[in-house]
Amino acid sequence: MRAVDVHAIDGKLAGPDERFEVVVVGAGEAGTAAAIAAAGEGASVLLVDENPVRGDLIGTDVPLFHGGRMTAAVQQPARMIDQLLASNPGIETALEAGVDVRLGTAAWGLYVNGPAMRALPAPMLGIADAERATMIGFDRLVLATGARDLVLGFAGWDRPGVMGAQGFAALLTRYDAFAGRRVLIAGSDALALDTALLALSRGIEVAGIVEVAEAMRGPVALVDRVRAAGVPIFPAHTIVAAEGGIDGIERVDIAALGADTRITVRCDTLVLAVGAIPATELLDAAGVAAGDAIALAGDCATVVRPEPCYVQAWSAALGRHAPPETIVCQCEEVSRADLIGVQPPRYLDRPARMAARSLATLLADGEAHPDQIKRLTRAGMGACQGRRCREQVACLLAEQQGVPLDRVPAASLRIPVRPVPLGVLADWHERAAMTAGWDVWFGIPTQWTPYAIIGTPEEAEQVVGLGGNMHV
Amino acid sequence: MSEPRPKGASVVVIGAGVTGLSAAWWLARSGIDVIVLDKGIVGWEASGRNGGGASHYQSPLFAEEQRLWPQMDELLGYPTEYVRERIIIQRDPALLDHYRAVGRMCSAMGYRVDDLDSRQAQQAVPLTDETCLGGIHLRFGGHANPQRTVQAYAWAIQDLGGRILQHCPALAIETAGGRAVAVETPRGRIACDALVVAAGPQAGMLLAPLGIDFPIASARAEMIVTEPAPLMAIGGVDGNGLYGRQTLRGNLAFGGGPHEWIATRPDGPSARPVSPLVRNLARRVAEMFPRAAHLNVIRSWAGIVENTPDGRPILDRLRDPGNVTVATMSGVGFGLSPASGHAIRDLVVDGACSFADIAKLGLTRFAGLAPDWRERRGWAA
Repeated sequence: MRAVDVHAIDGKLAGPDERFEVVVVGAGEAGTAAAIAAAGEGASVLLVDENPVRGDLIGTDVPLFHGGRMTAAVQQPARMIDQLLASNPGIETALEAGVDVRLGTAAWGLYVNGPAMRALPAPMLGIADAERATMIGFDRLVLATGARDLVLGFAGWDRPGVMGAQGFAALLTRYDAFAGRRVLIAGSDALALDTALLALSRGIEVAGIVEVAEAMRGPVALVDRVRAAGVPIFPAHTIVAAEGGIDGIERVDIAALGADTRITVRCDTLVLAVGAIPATELLDAAGVAAGDAIALAGDCATVVRPEPCYVQAWSAALGRHAPPETIVCQCEEVSRADLIGVQPPRYLDRPARMAARSLATLLADGEAHPDQIKRLTRAGMGACQGRRCREQVACLLAEQQGVPLDRVPAASLRIPVRPVPLGVLADWHERAAMTAGWDVWFGIPTQWTPYAIIGTPEEAEQVVGLGGNMHV
Repeated sequence: MSEPRPKGASVVVIGAGVTGLSAAWWLARSGIDVIVLDKGIVGWEASGRNGGGASHYQSPLFAEEQRLWPQMDELLGYPTEYVRERIIIQRDPALLDHYRAVGRMCSAMGYRVDDLDSRQAQQAVPLTDETCLGGIHLRFGGHANPQRTVQAYAWAIQDLGGRILQHCPALAIETAGGRAVAVETPRGRIACDALVVAAGPQAGMLLAPLGIDFPIASARAEMIVTEPAPLMAIGGVDGNGLYGRQTLRGNLAFGGGPHEWIATRPDGPSARPVSPLVRNLARRVAEMFPRAAHLNVIRSWAGIVENTPDGRPILDRLRDPGNVTVATMSGVGFGLSPASGHAIRDLVVDGACSFADIAKLGLTRFAGLAPDWRERRGWAA
């Protein structure tokens, strides 16, 4: 005899609101090319791009680390759309090819059935614009979601003006809304050198390139071009602190490795170009890999994470100058000392016994996980969804354990991978079966029978009378 | 493995979920040498992923739960984020009547519940509006932070001399002469005088080779959380088909709605995926708190919980092997944990619970259960 649990999820989740044979996320060069190609083959194609990103999200460094160095133009969606279309003619071409192009539309969740979930009627991509969320069905999904910045902290990195190379490039090339004039760049791989050349090409002064390694790491040709432009180069140096006033940083102190002498570099922006990370949050949060139905295109397919030892060299060099109160997680205001001490947030008491606990004792108890650090300290629990601190936490864990960075598990990414307002994410037209079968918790009436009446005649009466929805 | 091979203990607890941890803490408080084994990190499964509620009128452990929670920070020595009292608001007249009846039931048990009309509810819950028809205010119960609490138990156990072996799954229970004598693990055999099995969804698989049918079915349940909202005076507000809380940071964390029955594996869940249910949850949170509908949802997550056929706990010391105590709280374990650990400690040490009658939570009530009981309930994976 096989019964149906009316409170189980089976059959309750709706299918897609719309279906396309090909769905492309990201209207950059690779995404538009993929969309145009698919349309050329006769496929129905949807191309979504989160740009222009909502002004409030840009301010919280989602999805890119702009560090408050954008102009007021980013608060003008209409102007941003014009700018976006101008920055990539491929979008117009895609429209002409019959692609359904939706700008200002973020992809926040990918859902695919697996061993621990069979309830989905079809694979779906959740998207949302400023008004509503929509579930999209697809035969083939192309993620051309680019890359995000690898962010490492130091004293003053939470001030306006400290940003990432991806965030910097987006403000310059996509939005034309960069508010700085003179930048210092950290890192010397091709990413950093390209960043310097991009800045110079836009008439932005480059105050220097700081690199922890003994020599520039990027291709010689790029290094030569940057040198030829007269950019000061500081190999075997690290960042001590970024300082300034209410409008953000005005200068950055750097120091030679292993020396106390400091150099003050005047600049209004510090661009972290130590490394980029493929922006595969949609896949990571869904726990699925790219394959036949889901392809990666562009930067998210080709960007290579920097080697663990290089990232750790930066982290260690920055750490040597970072005072304990240096912020690691900006959203939750978790300091380095809080993190290393696995201390609770400031709104909780720190009882005497907490003083004996630390990352070191936690690690002695067994291999730790960044999610465990998140639970205890709140680092990574904020509105930026850990974008600015996840690598810092991983580096500190690796350093404390004395292991390479790639031995530390990645902090979990969760759906929605972009913050979406409750009222936008909400399914206002849910299926009748969902509404009818809804219970606070499992809908097992006997679970809530007061103990005293179990086994008495009152029991049956109570189970029938109150039924489910008994959770308090 | 390079880790030292642990020696045995007087009591070995399998499972560092909240129930096993509390049991070990109570045992350690009694001066008993205890080891807790876990396949992973303490409280990593449902114990650290739930709504944090602590108001379980239905349980024989209720009075002890209510007595202990206000003291837990002090007793453990680490913060649990416990906050007293709860408010349940509704915008559906039938649900409001229903919860009023639940409130009267609690009042009749001697725990004060006040009815709130719409205006009172709006005053008490500033994030709601006139669509709220009213609610009930429980002058008992409360909520705590599950993740902080599980670690607090673990640290408190260590402070009392107990040991916690993480990443050390129990592979099998060794018996001799009608007793459990050791637990096999990848780090060797850990001998014991008494054993507690609080292994959640994995308990049935561990106990089956001993000839013990421990009937549980496992399901995935989901929650969501928003960015922080202004703090409400009482953060333990739920209703509208949801359970959950406002954290002391201000985040709104809520779950509810359908679950998915899933197959379990001896080594635990392979994944804890979420579904588009996030949208149905978001809708209910937005309806419950219209003044917070603009807040961003920043995460959703799932946990795997086990349920017994009647949804009630099993807290029992077995007859054979007589030194084994088995425990599942059937999906309602976090809030009751201060008391369930006490009961388990009593079963292990004294053979009976000292502070409450828990006879109706014995395993024997399931004797004669049809082997296809999961299918009969629609609970099969």
